[in-house]
Amino acid sequence: MTNPSTEQGEAQVRASRRSRQAARIAEAASAGVKVLLVKIFLLAIVDAISVYALFVLLLRSDWVVFGAVLLVTLIVNWIYFSKQKLPAKYLTPGLIFLLIFQIFVVGYSGYIAFTNYGTGHNSTKQDAVNALIVSSQQRVPDSPTYELTVVEQLGNYSFLVTDPKGRVSIGSTDAPLRRVTDATLNDADKAVALPGYTSLKFTDIVANQQKIAALSVPLSSDPNDGTLRTPDGSKAYLYLSDLVYDEAAGTMTNTSTNTVYVDNGKTGSFVAADGAELLPGWKVEVGLANFAKAFGSESIRGPLISVTLWTFTFAFLSVLTTFGLGLFLAIVFNDMRMRGRNVYRVILILPYAFPAFLSALVWAGMLNPQFGFVNQVLFGGADIPWLTNEWLAKFSIIFVNLWLGFPYMFLVCTGALQSIPDEIQEAATVDGARPFQVFRLIKLPLLLVSVAPLLISSFAFNFNNFNLIYMLTNGGPRDVTAGVNVGATDILISMVYKVAFVGANRDYGLASAFSIIIFLLVALVSVISFKQTKALEELN
Amino acid sequence: MRIAAPETSDLYIPTKRPFNFGRWFSRTGWRHLIGAIMVVFASFPLLYVLSASLHPGGTLITANGLFSEVDLGSYQTLFNLPQQPYAAWYGNTLLIGGITSICTVFLGALAAYSFSRMRFIGRRPGLLMLVLVQMFPQLLAVVAIFLLLNGISDIFPMIGLDSQVGLIMVYLGGALGVNTYLMYGFFNTVPASIDEAAKIDGAGHARIFFTIILRLVAPILAVVGLLSFVGTTNEFVIASIVLITPEKQTLAVGLYQFVSQEFSSNYSVFAAGAVLAALPVMALFLWLQKYIVGGLTAGSVK
Repeated sequence: MTNPSTEQGEAQVRASRRSRQAARIAEAASAGVKVLLVKIFLLAIVDAISVYALFVLLLRSDWVVFGAVLLVTLIVNWIYFSKQKLPAKYLTPGLIFLLIFQIFVVGYSGYIAFTNYGTGHNSTKQDAVNALIVSSQQRVPDSPTYELTVVEQLGNYSFLVTDPKGRVSIGSTDAPLRRVTDATLNDADKAVALPGYTSLKFTDIVANQQKIAALSVPLSSDPNDGTLRTPDGSKAYLYLSDLVYDEAAGTMTNTSTNTVYVDNGKTGSFVAADGAELLPGWKVEVGLANFAKAFGSESIRGPLISVTLWTFTFAFLSVLTTFGLGLFLAIVFNDMRMRGRNVYRVILILPYAFPAFLSALVWAGMLNPQFGFVNQVLFGGADIPWLTNEWLAKFSIIFVNLWLGFPYMFLVCTGALQSIPDEIQEAATVDGARPFQVFRLIKLPLLLVSVAPLLISSFAFNFNNFNLIYMLTNGGPRDVTAGVNVGATDILISMVYKVAFVGANRDYGLASAFSIIIFLLVALVSVISFKQTKALEELN
Repeated sequence: MRIAAPETSDLYIPTKRPFNFGRWFSRTGWRHLIGAIMVVFASFPLLYVLSASLHPGGTLITANGLFSEVDLGSYQTLFNLPQQPYAAWYGNTLLIGGITSICTVFLGALAAYSFSRMRFIGRRPGLLMLVLVQMFPQLLAVVAIFLLLNGISDIFPMIGLDSQVGLIMVYLGGALGVNTYLMYGFFNTVPASIDEAAKIDGAGHARIFFTIILRLVAPILAVVGLLSFVGTTNEFVIASIVLITPEKQTLAVGLYQFVSQEFSSNYSVFAAGAVLAALPVMALFLWLQKYIVGGLTAGSVK
């Protein structure tokens, strides 16, 4: 990696002003009008998108993101309109994606790991209060009847209501009722149309019955005032919640049972004195609670440790078995006298060319205990639980991964073997080395030097080989004693996926805490292995 | 009867020496034996899935009778499934994979060119970062990616959750890194004197890049494009959480859900889907295999 021309290059950077000037003139002379037009055109597109984004963000008064988008846009324009900054011009497009979807998301994982983000804790406190009140609403007996016309604007439905006193208002789920004066009234003084909105006809109401029945329009900006709902699309009634929110005290009171639920500031939900919790709650920072859960509670710590051990074992054995078989085959087929080597080679790399997720699914079929080919044909109808017994499942995974991975190692080892000069081998033979000695003492060390980086990246790949595990065994057999959804063959990344996205109870906070643990482990492995390979390179 | 031939060196083999099985076996025959075993091991699952796909209405059990029936019925069923829009999955996979790989190659080549040809502050840290980023695949931050896209879809539904554009953008986050280092190595093998000659003739940096360098490094561009395409086709984790509508999903997501719903009963249809899904990838792979072998080893074997 050390480039001998670096120093010379730095000298170039400090080149005299005159030569820079000359370079600039040459650059300007060479760049045609076409190139300039393309550049302006592309920048115009980028700027147009940014301006649109800024406009939307301005409307939502989302200032942090607004600032970030503005800053990036300004930097991009500055870089591309500047006469210098050549390297930046080439690096910026890739870097923007890298920064957002690779670097930022890592930091964001770190943040999520310290929150209780997950099912029941998805959004802000205000949203949670509204959701709680709406979900516990009941129609108020003997409440006034509002005459209703459902109107539509840009695909969103609104309620155009005339109250018993003849006052006309409009509102939607997001916007509380507000008075309007320019509505068209019919003979019975019911508002039937409003400029800018399309009134729904009876057939439209029937067609969208479910959507309309689900609408609930707040009477005012105070959620305690209740909302309007309609059972039929022509009349609306007042619905009130038996939960009352007291913003000053931060409490939620159930008026029918007189239970007071208090926001204790820790769990992100309203909790009663007897410990009963109102859900949904909202997202709060919980400090180290997720890590405490991961390491503190026995039902999660046990699985976490065994999953970590299996992840390392799996990654190590995968590299060992695939490299072993690949190297063996490379030696077997690396003989000039053998005919048809190319035919063998093409057939042997077929498993590598077959998409990996499909291979895992096909093998899952072949290893199926009741109907699969292996049990039915190869073992004559035996009932071997290849994928459901803990140890056999682990063996199956290593075996299938061997099938998937040996062609790659075979290709790599063949290339590495052929790059070792024949003279070395001849010299050793002349000195009286036996074939095995030649291999062990000369070829293998030389080969390891060149393939060591690939072995490390293979280890890193298998460390996170989600597809194989998830598609072959789905992590199973499941460990029923564990506090999280995890099985005997789950590796860390498949555990993260299951905790965050599988099943009804999603826990993004805990999953992110696991992600952070993987990050640290991978970082540790990288540091050790990169140091190790440098040592290996010095052997040469 | 064996004719006593004079002992010769390994390299000299008389043309008319009579065939001797023992000698043949000890020299190359055993290699063919191992080769035959490995050919069966490597190709059997592929033949199995091919035969299963040619058995219409077949289940896992009937798939065990290899090539007992040959009929293309399952392939017709595949495109007429009411719940599973296979044709849409196929198109989506090609589209997402194609766009991602083209953009990856382009972004990576731009970066590799600047690292290889220009000297600037932060160049060495940048190169180190390329190597390090490879160790941390994007799927580690899958939860954060999901929540980020969830937040984006409140503002711009176009590129948020359940949007293929959003998914492609996420994939492009990994464009620098995995393959740029490979390209960087290859760019370095193109002599800088070519650039200098072009510069003297009055070509600017953009012209040198697009009309000279990109053509000289075409093989590595093909390799990186292919690896990126294969990687995108195989990607399940992020695609499964971003794409929700069945019509927008990719083959990996769709076929996995198809299989997990009705694994043993409708196996022949799944097998047909698998065969068709594998065809473009395998064709590309075998077509470009020479370059790939070169590209894979280029990273390390110098």
